[in-house]
Amino acid sequence: MSDEGGPGTITVASRLSGYVRGGGVLIPLVTALLAFLVGGLVVLATGSNPIDTYRAIFEGSGLNWLFPWVSGDDRTIAALNLQQTLILTTPLILTGLAVAFAFRAGLFNIGGQGQYLVGTFAAVYVGSSLDGTPALVHVVLSIVGACLAGAAWAGIAGFLKATTGANEVVSTIMLNWTAVYVGLYLFGLGGPLHSDDPAAQSIPVSPDVLESARLPVFWGDPELQGLHIGIFIALAATALFWVLLNRSVTGYEVRAVGFNPDAAEYAGISAGRNYVKVMVICGLLAGLAGALDVLGWQFRIATNDIQVSQVGYYGIAVALLGRNTAFGTVIAALLFGALLNGTSVRNLDPTIFDPQLAGNLTWIIQGLIILFVSAPVLVTMLSRARFRRRPKPMPKPEVLSGGG
Amino acid sequence: MLGENGAGKSTLMNVLYGLLQPDEGEILLRGEPVHIGSPREAIGMRIGMVHQHFMLIPVMSVAENVVLASEPRKGALLDRGAAEERVRELSERFGLVVDPRALVEDIGVGQQQRVEILRVLHRGADILILDEPTAVLTAQETAELFKVLRALTAEGVSVIFISHKLREVLDIADRVTVLRRGAKVGTVDSEGATEASLAKLMVGRDVLFRVEKEAASAGKPVLEVDALEVDDDRGLPALRGLSLQVRTGEIVGIAGVDGNGQSELVEAITGLRVPRAGHIRVAGRDITGAGVRGALSAGIGHIAEDRHRRGLILDFSLAENLALREYRRAPLSRFGLLSPKRMDAQAQPLLEQYDVRGGRPETAASSLSGGNQQKVVIARELAEAPQVTIAAQPTRGLDVGAIEFVHKRLLEQRDEGRGVLLVSLELEEIRSLSDRVLVIYEGRIVAELSPDASDEELGVAMLGGQVRA
Repeated sequence: MSDEGGPGTITVASRLSGYVRGGGVLIPLVTALLAFLVGGLVVLATGSNPIDTYRAIFEGSGLNWLFPWVSGDDRTIAALNLQQTLILTTPLILTGLAVAFAFRAGLFNIGGQGQYLVGTFAAVYVGSSLDGTPALVHVVLSIVGACLAGAAWAGIAGFLKATTGANEVVSTIMLNWTAVYVGLYLFGLGGPLHSDDPAAQSIPVSPDVLESARLPVFWGDPELQGLHIGIFIALAATALFWVLLNRSVTGYEVRAVGFNPDAAEYAGISAGRNYVKVMVICGLLAGLAGALDVLGWQFRIATNDIQVSQVGYYGIAVALLGRNTAFGTVIAALLFGALLNGTSVRNLDPTIFDPQLAGNLTWIIQGLIILFVSAPVLVTMLSRARFRRRPKPMPKPEVLSGGG
Repeated sequence: MLGENGAGKSTLMNVLYGLLQPDEGEILLRGEPVHIGSPREAIGMRIGMVHQHFMLIPVMSVAENVVLASEPRKGALLDRGAAEERVRELSERFGLVVDPRALVEDIGVGQQQRVEILRVLHRGADILILDEPTAVLTAQETAELFKVLRALTAEGVSVIFISHKLREVLDIADRVTVLRRGAKVGTVDSEGATEASLAKLMVGRDVLFRVEKEAASAGKPVLEVDALEVDDDRGLPALRGLSLQVRTGEIVGIAGVDGNGQSELVEAITGLRVPRAGHIRVAGRDITGAGVRGALSAGIGHIAEDRHRRGLILDFSLAENLALREYRRAPLSRFGLLSPKRMDAQAQPLLEQYDVRGGRPETAASSLSGGNQQKVVIARELAEAPQVTIAAQPTRGLDVGAIEFVHKRLLEQRDEGRGVLLVSLELEEIRSLSDRVLVIYEGRIVAELSPDASDEELGVAMLGGQVRA
């Protein structure tokens, strides 16, 4: 380090940036730990052992597969579990990115759920029609259709914000419900996209995605819902997200508008046009999540799935915990994927923790994470309390009373 | 307490108020060494501080704000009557007139400051720290504040008044302590001190108050504004057929009372506001309605009025801020991809050339002092030698050293044969920099004067009176 300029100023600046960088990893970690801690208290309140419960969840997630000493049958089961965890992680990465990208532009995209849903609709529509199309082409067409549908859906909110100033929080929430009801109509009994399979005439479900549009399984047995290649597509999208945000002209403009729309306007960047662009990109990502779920393992949509799906909403927690960065979002998505899978009825030993309650534990932890992330004051307060416990540098406490 | 931006005034005061802890050294209060661990302890020692940015709750009344955190109670409830009585009593004693029942959001900035001072007095402070209290006040409000401060000192309150405005300090202080780069350079009695002697202490060398400049050698018109009509945000006419010319090699100053169309003029020329009628030409090229990018690429440099809100993106690094004009073009970006390496390479020499202290390309703009931030803006806007520079309040909030720097750079533009349009509310600045002074009144240029015109002539023209041109 050279010492040009005011030496004092440089120390302060570098110290500050060091703090921010440190906080960048530390605060999400503390947040997640706190959430698990409070979640543990809830487990305790139900009369179960939190440590055993968390261990069971961990094993249910299959993450123990990563430990080399797990072998034999345990390893086989762990592999099966990890495949399921990663299947759940895949769309969470993308819906997380869809929220994170908007955050970086100063927008709050709560519409990941709606964008994801219209993505699944488009994917199931394209994937179940166009019989006879070569496999690769069919997959690509289905994915493109889903991305465009998500982009259009999100673009509505961006367009309304740019032209009328309509708050994107309100419009995306409304679009989420609109998407749900569109789905209920499309795939409901007698709906235009209701399955024409005679066996499904009384079941509100879509037609099946044709073999040619299904994503290949690369790990595990396709019959046992092995891991499809969608995870790689999600990771590739994450890399693209990083380049787009940090290394592209578009990303520069997005961040400029996000930090300071006035100054951006002074540099000739139109905030309104950026809002549309940003929402469209968010919609692409969430729509892609829908495509990967439908083409990778669901292969059809039933109307009750539409109503209970929460993938887009989890994306908000994923983005918040991942601090809206590419890498952070992947890690946070994996955490939530593991939690969802580890607490699922199938995976948790009922003697350790009631599986009926376990799913709710995921909700509790998600809620706590959102609470802690949106209340950074709390985390800061706790950390300051820690610092205060250090011995005070100034001696002579007896003069303190003299001052008051 | 006097010092340049970033000299350490606020840091020192934050130590006294317990917001920061000293690494070394001790504080003597009433002759005894003390440790001030928090603002609460500071208040306990009867030290009060009024921050530059007020810490009031807008939706609560004056009385409620004053007694906040040490409320008179009636059982568990706030005793509103007692609170208002207390405020009335304090206001009378110190001549701080303010309605205790008014909501803080409804009263002016000067009044809000009084509420802050009342709050400090209510807690029994007899040492009052004011951090740049006049930065947000009008001249009238400043005069009233000074009256209050004199009343306070007459009652035995000690006041520490922090400022970088020489005249004010000479006006109000008994003794002046000057800080420079984190160290005390001297304490002098204000009697006998002059602006020049204080400025020298502050900056460490003689400061030119009067800008030295050669006579202008103006050439062809480079900026032509022709019968411009522009509406303000409410859709009311702000410019009513305004015309002006800036020629190469001259600085044209726009003088006027705030709100006579200055902002709209700047916004129209820089492409932020679309004119309803009229034309704007830069070096003969019509840029009317061409937008910000059209204006920038035609060769307009724009030193924006408010560097925090408009000139800089504080969360961006300096390299990113310096790229704000050029990021769409090679070499900074190719095929839509930015090159951070080339952005840094562009930034480094600019930061050196414009003497931005404490800044590297990767430093966040927010961590620089105000003067250095403005240097970054100027570096960006002048680096490519724009045909004409629009400088709107380019020295607002800067200390003498930085003001001198900005003035020099603007004169440099002129001497290199480019045009400068200077819009400022500081008459002194207009006079010392401009070659011609245009007076704006209600959206029109009503007079053209020489910079040597008397205050009276300028004043009359600014208020819309008739002047012989």
